[in-house]
Formats: sequence, structure tokens, C-alpha cells
Amino acid sequence: MSTLKVLLKKEVLQFKRNSFLPRLVVAFPIMIMLIIPWVTTMDVRHVNVSVVDNDHSQVSQRIINKINASEYLTLHSVTGSFDLSFKSLEHGDVDAILEIPQDFEKGFVTGSTKKLSISANSVNATKGSLGSQYLAQTLAASIKEMRASLSPAQAGDLVVIQNRYNPTLEYRNFMIPAILVILIIIITGFLPALNLVGEKEVGTIEQINVTPVSRFSFTLAKLIVYWVAGLIVITIALIVAWLVYGQTAVGSLFTIYTGAFLFILVISGFGLIASNLSSTMQQAVFFMFFFVMVFMLMSGLLTPIESMPQWAQYVTYVLPPRYFISIMRSVFMKGATFYDMRFNFMALAILAVVMNLGAALTYRKRS
Amino acid sequence: MSNSDFIIQVKDLTKQFGSFTAVDHITFEVERGEIFGFLGANGAGKTTAMRMLCGLSYPTSGSGTVAGFDVVKEGEKIKRHIGYMSQRFSLYDDLTVMENMELFGGIYGVKSKELKERATALLHKLEFIEERDTMVGALPLGWKQKLAFAVATLHRPEIVFLDEPTGGVDPITRRQFWEMIYQASSEGTTIFVTTHYMDEAEYCNRISMMVDGKIKALDTPANLKKSFNAASMDEVFRILARDAQRGD
Repeated sequence: MSTLKVLLKKEVLQFKRNSFLPRLVVAFPIMIMLIIPWVTTMDVRHVNVSVVDNDHSQVSQRIINKINASEYLTLHSVTGSFDLSFKSLEHGDVDAILEIPQDFEKGFVTGSTKKLSISANSVNATKGSLGSQYLAQTLAASIKEMRASLSPAQAGDLVVIQNRYNPTLEYRNFMIPAILVILIIIITGFLPALNLVGEKEVGTIEQINVTPVSRFSFTLAKLIVYWVAGLIVITIALIVAWLVYGQTAVGSLFTIYTGAFLFILVISGFGLIASNLSSTMQQAVFFMFFFVMVFMLMSGLLTPIESMPQWAQYVTYVLPPRYFISIMRSVFMKGATFYDMRFNFMALAILAVVMNLGAALTYRKRS
Repeated sequence: MSNSDFIIQVKDLTKQFGSFTAVDHITFEVERGEIFGFLGANGAGKTTAMRMLCGLSYPTSGSGTVAGFDVVKEGEKIKRHIGYMSQRFSLYDDLTVMENMELFGGIYGVKSKELKERATALLHKLEFIEERDTMVGALPLGWKQKLAFAVATLHRPEIVFLDEPTGGVDPITRRQFWEMIYQASSEGTTIFVTTHYMDEAEYCNRISMMVDGKIKALDTPANLKKSFNAASMDEVFRILARDAQRGD
């Protein structure tokens, strides 16, 4: 016990004296929280639209005005031929083309079917599909208005959509809980791993290994420091989310911190395995990087797990961030309780045991 | 077999790395309280042998005891009774002189009040006391080595292993270093030291000479010189190391 105290004092002193680490713990979450929510957005804005107006009617003019007024759509040009608009699309100046056929207004009044057509540049699939969807919605809205002015009886929506838990459909609200995951991986996964391998590189670990100190106290002392750092980072990030984005957790903070701490245990255990298996910092970094890439791209951080192929969905069951991301999003946005998320908590607890057992088994005091 | 007069007793101790035999069936004893010089050319296997004795490395075969504990099975118990100073300086550069002493003393369970007294006394003796709050990384090499020795003996181990403690150190500091060794020895600590300086070899009670992983000779410096008909230890070393296959 007193050995742990002595070692803990050493780690705290070294952490404080490091010219970089204390600043990192404070500045890193603030920077990430200020920048990333703005840039990692899937909301598509400024879809450039070129309208091919073959009708030159009041209705076509109305549609054009509507596009111009939309906050998502930008009217690029109104041309008289599809080829001309298509040239702009090929140049990349235009994202979608709306073609209004001749006699559209006439058909609109008589009820005959003249179709509007949309051609979207879908090289970027998200922008293409969302862009044409916005355009279709805008058209639907303006047609509804015009129908209403013709015969009020037809007014009213057929379908009503409510976006629960994220009423404004802000992508940011979805991203903020996920950013906490990235922060934890870096602060409590990478840093202790690098610290431990650093002692191997410098040779100080040799002087420790020749003492009766148990490997358990030695690593625990290191981890405690980074666990605290991880909790500080989360707290700072949550404060920024509240102050800057006005976003607070719907569910209980206790549940969030419990999940975060379990995830910290998993990731720091994982970092220890990486450092035990590496003899240089470079090896440790590449080892960690490989897995962190998989964590980022396969845990539902950016793309939903449900849309992955079945085999990949099975793989995600062993990825710890999967559970934590799910806990964070549900508790933060929907107000899920500990009981609701019990499966995820259990999975994290199991992974924490597995990772730390692995770390204990791969540590060698003697070669 | 176990004789309390011998602090180290090993028989056929061997370490292989793949097909390479770094230490090849060495058998020797070290008496309690003596200064034992462990000599050999670069690559002869001294450090590997020493690491096995300190519980840092498992022997491939062979047996032995250090401070009464088995080198194969009781490595962790051995560690409680020894001090070790590695070839590479390995105190914490980002801790002060005093903090390093408190850390390593604390690890061995020396009570903090006694630790402070011992550390202060040691620093006074080393004329180091003004440097107590200096970062170890800022000290010159010779001072670092003296400090490393002080740290290795702070917990009053029965035996201290010194792996080339005076490599790269100036002659005056070397002299002081050996005074520290004699001091510790007079207080009853056994010294197990490797060196490449043959004048230092003369300071030892007994010397073993390692060539290509084997111990080729073991005796007092005077006897060695006599039996090899040499004027100095330097000559003894050259006669023995002449046939070495390894080394750089």
C-alpha cells in the first residue's frame, strides 16, 4: 500500500513536470470540442441547383423563387437547355439539375402528368442523395402551396414527420457524445502506453524491475494518474458542450461517468497490452493506431452499425467503443437509464476484465 | 550444500539466446563481505550473468542461490536483499536527487523518517547536499554515477551488483567512487562489480575472468599474477582474453 503511495507520488510529479501533458489535458478537449462539432457534419448545405426552365410559366417562376429562398439550396443558374446545365454539372459548379418540362403549368392545372426531373451529381453519395432529397422536398412544398391556392380542400400534409430526440436534426448533437470517445482513447489509451514504453526506452524500468515492487502497483500507479486525467477531460468536454452548444445530457451524469470510467478501464488496459508487446514508442504507436482506426470506423462512431454487412456487425461485438458510443448517445440524447443500457454496461465490464487480464499476463518483470 | 559464508553460490549457470550461449555453465562462489571483481572482455557475458543473479533474467539451465534464495524460483525474494546499478544510468532524470532517493528507498519499505536521515547523511558524505533539489538530468555523469550507487545501497542490501559503474568517469571521480565502495564494504555489504579498468581490478579481494561465456580463472589478484607469471592484471587479462572469439 505504501509502495503504491510512493509510486503514485513519482507519477504525479513526473506528470506535473512534463512540459506538455498538463496542457494537453486541458487544451485538447477544448480545442476538439470547439472545432470538430462544426466540421464533422453530414448536413448538406449550399446545394447548387441549375434549373432548366422549358415552361417559362408562373409556376416555374414560383419554383425557382422557392429554390432561391431555401437555406439548403442555392440557385446557380436558370438555363434554356439541359446540355448547358449539364456542362456546369460536369465542371463541378452545379450539384443538381432540375428540369421543368414544357407545358408543365398547363398539365398542372388540367391534372395531366408532366414530370419534373432531377439529376444530381452523386460522386459524393451523401451530398448527391441528400441534395436531391432537399430539392424534391422543396418542390413538393411549393406544389402543395399552389394546389392549396387552387383548391383549399386539398391542403394539408399526408405524412407528418417528427424527429424525436434531435428535433432540429443537428448532426452536431449526434457527434458530441462520440467526440468524448475519441478524447478518452487518446488521453487514457495512448498516453499511459507511451509513458510505459518510454521507461523501457530510457532504461529506468530496469531499475524498477530489479526492486521487489510488484508489476501490479507499478502499473496501477501510472494508470491512476491517467484515469484522473481522462475524467478531467470528459468534464471539460461536457462543460464546453453545455456552454458553447447549449447541449446537456438528458440522462443522468452519474450514468455517463460510470460508462466513461468503464470505458477508460478498457482502453487503458488495451494501451498496456500495446506497451507490453512493444519495446519502442514507435512500435507502440503503430500497434495502437491500427486498432484505433478500426475502433473509429467500425464502432458506429460515424456510420450506423446496422447498415454494415452482417459479418462486420459480428466483429463490432468485440470493439469496446461500440458499447460506450451507444451508452453515450442514448443517455445523452434520449435520457436512457442505467437499466436500459445494462447490456452495454455488462459488455464493457467484461471487456475491462479481459483487457486488464491480458495486460497483466503480457507484463514481464523478468526475461 | 548451502553455506552461510557464501552469499552467491552458482553451479553450471547457463543462458542461451536461441543457438547463442551467452553464459556457458559458470560455477563460482562469492563470500559474504568481499569485493568480488567480475571481469571479462566486451560480450563475454558478464551483464547477462549478472542479470540472472539479480532476478532480471531466467537461467536456461543450472542452479544457484543469491542471499540464500534460489535464482530460478525466488527471483522476487532475491530482489529484496540486493542493490543493483545498471550499466546504463537509470534513475529518473525528471525527479530531483532527493525525490529519486525517496522513491527507491520507499519502494524497499524504508520508513520515511529513517529514509530522510540516511539520504541526508549520504548526501553530506558525497558533498552533494546543496544539489538535493536539483533535477538528476542536470547533473554531470560522474555525479550521476555516485548518486546511482548511493541509491543502490540506500536500503542497506546484503549485496550490491555494480555493472561497469565507472565507465566514462574521470580518474578523480573514479577514485572517489572506489572510496564509496570500500566504505560500503567495511559496513558489511558484499560488492559484486564488473569493470574494464585493470587498476580497479587490483582493488578487489578476488577476481573472476570471463571469456566467451565461461569463467577461465578465479583467484585473488596476487595469485592470478603469480600463476600467469604476469607483472600486472593488465597482462593477466591479455593472456586470458587472447583466445576470445567474441567481443568487438
